[in-house]
Amino acid sequence: MEDHYQHLYEMLSQVEGYIYPNEIELQWGILIVLYPYLTGLVAGAFILASLERVFKIKVLGPTYQLALITALSFLIVAPFTLISHLGQPLRAYEIMITPNGTSAMAIFGFIYLWYLLAVLNLEIWLDYRRDFVIWAKEKKGFMRGVYKVLSLGTSDISPKAVKLDDRLGYIITVIGIPSAFLLHGYVGFIFGSIKANPWWSTVLMPVIFIFSAMVSGIALIMILYMVVSFLRKVKIDMACLDTIAKYLFYMLILDFTLESLDQVHRIYEAEESFDILNVLVNGRLNITLFIFQIFSGMIIPLIGIGAIQLFKVREQVRKIIYLLTGVMVLVGIFFMRWNVVIGGQLFSKGFHGFTNFKLGLVGSEGLFMAIMWMVLPFVILAFLLWLLPPWKKEEAA
Amino acid sequence: MPAQINRILLLFTAFIGLFLVVRHFLIPETFGQYGHYRGASLDDISSREMVFADKEDCFACHDDIMEILENEMHAGLSCLICHGPGREHVDDPQLGNINKESGREFCGRCHDIHPSRPLDVVNQVDIKTHHTEKTNCIECHNPHALWEGME
Amino acid sequence: MAAAGTLVLSSVSRPFNVLLMASDPPPEEGPWWGIAIDITTCIGCGMCARACKMENDVPDEPFYFRTWVEQYTVLNNGEVKIESPNGGIDGFKSSVPEEEIFKTFFVPKMCNHCSKSPCTQVCPVGATFESPDGVALVDEKYCIGCGYCVQACPYGCRYLHPEKKVADKCTLCYHRLKNGLAPACMEVCPSKARIYGNLRDRDSEIVRFLKEHDYQVLKPHLNTGSKLYYNGLTAEIS
Repeated sequence: MEDHYQHLYEMLSQVEGYIYPNEIELQWGILIVLYPYLTGLVAGAFILASLERVFKIKVLGPTYQLALITALSFLIVAPFTLISHLGQPLRAYEIMITPNGTSAMAIFGFIYLWYLLAVLNLEIWLDYRRDFVIWAKEKKGFMRGVYKVLSLGTSDISPKAVKLDDRLGYIITVIGIPSAFLLHGYVGFIFGSIKANPWWSTVLMPVIFIFSAMVSGIALIMILYMVVSFLRKVKIDMACLDTIAKYLFYMLILDFTLESLDQVHRIYEAEESFDILNVLVNGRLNITLFIFQIFSGMIIPLIGIGAIQLFKVREQVRKIIYLLTGVMVLVGIFFMRWNVVIGGQLFSKGFHGFTNFKLGLVGSEGLFMAIMWMVLPFVILAFLLWLLPPWKKEEAA
Repeated sequence: MPAQINRILLLFTAFIGLFLVVRHFLIPETFGQYGHYRGASLDDISSREMVFADKEDCFACHDDIMEILENEMHAGLSCLICHGPGREHVDDPQLGNINKESGREFCGRCHDIHPSRPLDVVNQVDIKTHHTEKTNCIECHNPHALWEGME
Repeated sequence: MAAAGTLVLSSVSRPFNVLLMASDPPPEEGPWWGIAIDITTCIGCGMCARACKMENDVPDEPFYFRTWVEQYTVLNNGEVKIESPNGGIDGFKSSVPEEEIFKTFFVPKMCNHCSKSPCTQVCPVGATFESPDGVALVDEKYCIGCGYCVQACPYGCRYLHPEKKVADKCTLCYHRLKNGLAPACMEVCPSKARIYGNLRDRDSEIVRFLKEHDYQVLKPHLNTGSKLYYNGLTAEIS
């Protein structure tokens, strides 16, 4: 408690202008930055998978299962960032049993469960059911039992049954696309619907969140595909990688357009809050916004991948560009979430001053906690790739 | 029905059923009594202990002060402003936990000259220069009968 | 089987009972509390903010306030200076040379107890709500401490209680109100700059006050249905 107050006294000394006295402390820290970041990666990865499945972009085939399993790994971790930031984490279940119908946040539990259970898990299960049956026969001992349980006791792998799996999986993917939009669009709505906060309150917020989610998710799968191929020592399917990069390019353009539109609209309308937001953007947010989010997260990747669309570039160079731009995009989108969540709390709702944010290292809202939640999805991903190896599927087929 | 659909439906039904049963037992008894909240929380909040007393409580015993105050500048002011919360004192008058604030700083909270302070609402003096030979305002001013000592 | 069916059915319907009844108009009986603050009579003694902390177990540190007082100073060059050192609890010292001042006054702030309150709207679990008599309250045994209501309040009137780890805010001293006593901040206000009362009672002090003064609410464009009415609110105040 003493540390907490000491931290707040330090923040108090950094207040500029006048802020309401309760505003010195930021309610939402780095964990709430991570939350939309993680769900965005989920939604984006899923959309990439459905490009292959629903829109029949067959060249993306090698990344289909990888994208789905990545989405699942990140989705499992996403709610923990929310729960661990709560003042009363043990009461988190209340959001499921008495959800408030007028709260955007209350619907989270249901959209989350719907997406986890009815969309992602089902789609993966249907896709792997046949393999579970085969693997259960091939393996011995404990692993045989595991795959038996995973197959839920089904054993029919006749072409007819497999066709039904495929058909059902297709239907679920079709339902899954709007669900993925809903999952992340609503995260945008959580911020966009707060009329007290002009930095958040814009109708474009859910749309921007959806497109930035697709950008980050596609970039993540692009990198993961390269890394996983490298680790497995197999050759990267360049047609697939180029296609992913092409979609990343399209999404970047859309996202950049939408975010610019939002800012241009703000600047042109120059409402009551404009003056303070202007100072915010050019002051406390200038590095994270102009350098990380816009320059290195948007413009450089656009130029990098754009150049590949225009000119003939050697394969080795293309890979390096993809890897670099992928990382830059991921960092850029992280700072986009940062600028929304942290930026929205730095200025006073009275529009007369600023507080400050200092990221602590330890504690439930500290950097180490955030790193843990950021690493955990990759651990789960590694485990799931071991349990459900997409490449073993190909052999079985 | 094909086995896979069968299994999915079974699992989902079991999950939803379990959820509804658990939910039934977790919802607090009075939830939804008046609105989307725990009805009993209204009682929780309204049964909180009071810290400040009420002016009427003071005058129940201190009717002499009430009479003095009646035609005074400070008439209408709550005793608690200068004397502190006082609920404990009302409950047990033996407890002497009553403030008798009288210093320049305290009186100055209302009476020190300040540009933001409306002059028609309260009399103001500069506490830094007003009779600096005296340390305490009550040496001249009885807060219950302000001009008494001045005559 | 029948018992299980009833269990499931009642479990599904119970939280919706209120929604089903929502078509009924709100009860016209009982009080409907409102607040009026007269900026022209506030003398900036800060007793209200001090009493509030004592009455309501608000941490003493200067980051948590259910009510506070702001000092506005409009300078001759048009610049607006706002201060609220420790919420006004320690009183105010004048900080600008008098010849530079165009206009200056005190503005007490507290929860607006909005009738269309953005804070209770966003609570995910139903832990903060508007009571039947129009007071925005927090159920500290049910709040999960997510902080969403703090974000949603346009007036900065909420905070997370550092020890209880739940949202905390002005209750209009509900525990006093229910016993017929004035909220602590109003009890100790020496200049009667703050009054409260039943807005449904035509003869109440507050209704009379509203009749006799040109009142305004804070941030009217946000349509929060604020029930905190100010007399003397000027363009500088936000």
